[in-house]
Amino acid sequence: MSKQTKLRVRIDRERCQGHARCYALAPELFELDEMGNGRERGDGVVAPGLEDKAYLAQANCPELAVEVIEDEKP
Amino acid sequence: MTGRPPVRDWATDFDHRDPRWIEDPYPIWDELRQSCPIARTERFAGAYFPSRYADVKAIAYDTEHFSSRRIIVRETRPPLIPAPPITSDPPAHRPAKQVLLPAFTPEAIAQHEPRTREICRALVDRFADKPGCDAAVDYAQEIPVRVIAHMLGVPEQEGDLYRKWIHDILEVGITDIAVALRASDEMIAYFAAHIAERRARPREDLIDYLINVRIEGRTLSDEHVNGTLRLLLIAGIDTTWSAIGSCLWHLAGHADDRRRLAAEPGLMSSAVEEFLRAYAPVTMAREVVKETEIGGCTFVPGHMVLLSFPAANRDPSAFADADRVMLDRKENRHAAFGLGIHRCVGSNLARMEIRVALEEWLKRIPEFRLDPQAPVTWSQGTVRGPRRLPVVFGV
Repeated sequence: MSKQTKLRVRIDRERCQGHARCYALAPELFELDEMGNGRERGDGVVAPGLEDKAYLAQANCPELAVEVIEDEKP
Repeated sequence: MTGRPPVRDWATDFDHRDPRWIEDPYPIWDELRQSCPIARTERFAGAYFPSRYADVKAIAYDTEHFSSRRIIVRETRPPLIPAPPITSDPPAHRPAKQVLLPAFTPEAIAQHEPRTREICRALVDRFADKPGCDAAVDYAQEIPVRVIAHMLGVPEQEGDLYRKWIHDILEVGITDIAVALRASDEMIAYFAAHIAERRARPREDLIDYLINVRIEGRTLSDEHVNGTLRLLLIAGIDTTWSAIGSCLWHLAGHADDRRRLAAEPGLMSSAVEEFLRAYAPVTMAREVVKETEIGGCTFVPGHMVLLSFPAANRDPSAFADADRVMLDRKENRHAAFGLGIHRCVGSNLARMEIRVALEEWLKRIPEFRLDPQAPVTWSQGTVRGPRRLPVVFGV
């Protein structure tokens, strides 16, 4: 049986300092609070087609606060 | 530089005011990264210079051993002049920063984009029909000063006064502390008058906002408001002016990048990040307050650390082809706005100003190059950027 990888994003709010790169690069996946700090939208599940944007946000966070989690489902 | 002995050895006697450092610091940092990698100097009453990304980051994160109460490396240790939150350490830092953050989110900053665009257009109008201009003096330096004055609610025309204070505090004041203190006193008096005026007649601007905002239920003292206003004026002007100038300097000298950016507006966002990485203008500082060891170097209390985000951004162990400017760089965790709790409050403002400044320039002047007859000059000290940038228009 083939495995399907499902992605989730998550912001580590202890690490986030509000550089707001995730929101600039992937507004479909991230939002900012009233202080300008990032958080994942909803449950963080990455809709099909947005995988590259999730990794792009991760590759541009100076604080390494963006996590991309691969959930393997049988 | 008169009266300053030339640097004998960059690893043990560095001086960021040396003409070679001011002109082109990148080869010096490369050499230090390979040999040292944390340089020291007995100048400036003792200071360190970490050249690697990892060490810069470790120090930026370590607020226990490294204090922000002094953020400029000077010849002496003058009395502390607080400008919260940049000069604040935990636990005072967090509330002092949180009062500012809502005014600097991307959405809040977007409200100032139309005025910024008007300012840029009016400036370009003045010289677009001429054979050339000084892109630093006639354009870059005029933009942030007007934008921050507009946000604070102080006169946009008083740019010369603001720039003089900044020059006195950040450049001349490194060696002549009396000049820095005098400029600081003048700024305190200037903003005290504005604060008093707002108390008498409230207005809708940042000064008014700071007078009325509350931390844990209490309004800020006049001293706190004054310090924060001085910070916003100083931090908001020559930093972004330098960044805009460096972008135009790069584009003037690189026809391929210039044409690509003019042809592909969608590249602007990653190009701005790449310019910020490669030509990060701001070097901060910390004062060692507790002995510690980082990167194999013992940091002794009382000494300063020149915290060079620009050097971190050129570290090849953190960035592939670190010395190459790639407008479409995909992975870019640059530290131009700092790392850790002191991330620049104005980063969203700076990004907007740089983007709009480049867009408006390229729309009217897609072709330009460095004037072969007139030299480019660079600032010295804490903020790096071109101060004279003569360019000629056309191919």
